[in-house]
Amino acid sequence: MDLIANHITHRFGDLAVLDDVSFTVGAGEVVAIVGPSGCGKSTLLSILGGLLQPTSGAPELRGAPPADSLNPLTFVFQDFALLPWATVEENVEFPLLHAQLSAAQRRVLVEDALRRTGLTDFRQTYPKQLSGGMRQRVGISRALAVRPAILLMDEPLSALDSQTRELLMEDFVRLLADGGMGAVYVTHNLEEAARLADRIVVLSRRPGRIREVVTVPMTRTERGETAAREKLLALQNQIWSLIRHEAIDAEREVQHA
Amino acid sequence: MLDRAPSTDTPVKSEATRRVRFRGAGFVPASSRFGGWIALALVIALWQAAGSVGLVNPLFLPAPSAIVRAIYELAMSGALWQHLSASLLRIGVGWLLGTAAGIAVGFAIGLSRLARSVGITFISALFPIPKIALLPLLILWLGIGEEPKIATIALGVFFSTAISVYSGVDAVPRNLIRMAQSFNVPFATIVRKVIWPGALPAILAGFRITASVALLLVVSAEMIGAQYGIGAFVLQAGNLMQTDQLLAGVVILSVFGLAVGKVINLLETRLLHWR
Repeated sequence: MDLIANHITHRFGDLAVLDDVSFTVGAGEVVAIVGPSGCGKSTLLSILGGLLQPTSGAPELRGAPPADSLNPLTFVFQDFALLPWATVEENVEFPLLHAQLSAAQRRVLVEDALRRTGLTDFRQTYPKQLSGGMRQRVGISRALAVRPAILLMDEPLSALDSQTRELLMEDFVRLLADGGMGAVYVTHNLEEAARLADRIVVLSRRPGRIREVVTVPMTRTERGETAAREKLLALQNQIWSLIRHEAIDAEREVQHA
Repeated sequence: MLDRAPSTDTPVKSEATRRVRFRGAGFVPASSRFGGWIALALVIALWQAAGSVGLVNPLFLPAPSAIVRAIYELAMSGALWQHLSASLLRIGVGWLLGTAAGIAVGFAIGLSRLARSVGITFISALFPIPKIALLPLLILWLGIGEEPKIATIALGVFFSTAISVYSGVDAVPRNLIRMAQSFNVPFATIVRKVIWPGALPAILAGFRITASVALLLVVSAEMIGAQYGIGAFVLQAGNLMQTDQLLAGVVILSVFGLAVGKVINLLETRLLHWR
């Protein structure tokens, strides 16, 4: 199943946020979206996931989702969006409650999702008892439970410390390794984008337009190797040079806002 | 190999050192477990002593022992239960009716644009009216029996409940609702599984307020038109200058308020254990 951004334009009142953004996320492909602060990255993701109505253009799907997918487009949120009154297990089970599944079927899906994210021993824990990294694991586990075709990740690591980010990045690489699941990964962190994405969509300053689409010229497995570091660093520098001036302008604009 | 720094780093003593002054004390008030009870016992003891040695005229302020005796006599004569049961029935029915209506209207205001624009206008206009002022009108509409007293309590409870419920619904983090929508969770399930538990802390805080409102209104309503009830009893005792009985009624009201507070604490502990 492909996800297509078809000439998406969006305005918040008089403020133009996105201007004619078009690209396609192929089945099993990971596309990162980067750009200066306020360029509309998260807005674009909300539109792609059907949480926000664009002013013009539309998000579209092409092809059938996997047969076992209960929610083909599934978000992983920056702030985790966990129900604080529910245990880890209940949070993971939450999106399955309204699906036409028996309790036994739900249990199998929850077990599998908890196992894949290393949360089996934390099933009865409440979110407030968990570290930020573990909370995001619950968010990922909840997303995996519905067998998504494409994960929509809105800066999923930005609220975490660098060590936890590194560990979760390894988890993402592992989860996306077999190409069975694609992702749109919004980030301001160029290292994360270069590490995870097959292609990187670089947006301009507001209103966000596509400046360039950069293809990462190696597999995700290769990127973990020491020899690849220089190439990845060069790629990050290349993207940074594209957005640096606009990032400076955007930051000044925010400060004067 | 890494060069390691010495494990201890003693300051060079060439100059006199002085300790950095601690400035972080205070602003963390902690209540002691028994402090309140000890203070209460001390006040009662002083009050009793003042009464016993004749410093205070018992007509103006009866001693605690006289109040306890009055409560005991009331209990033994059966009058206490008669008055208490009448008040409890009015509070119970009025509170339940007002709470049910307040929750329904509060949720409607919290969830529907139409209900919000209409409801908030009406609530803003009617909430500040002292509900007891409506009692004569309610008597005119509903007759002289229990109904106007219950309706007065229900009205008082309704407005506070509706306000706390829609404030609670408004305070539910929008990201949780968007999360549920992103999983195609139906509206009714979002209300039941996200909005209701998210609004519950505000709803329970509202219960604490409405319990006090109900107590206030039952006493006022019973003072205006009732033969039985704690309010009627306090009024009769006052008219007859039986100040020990009057204060017995006040103590009973206070104990009732404390008991309701304890029940709400218990509810909060049970339902909001995740906080």
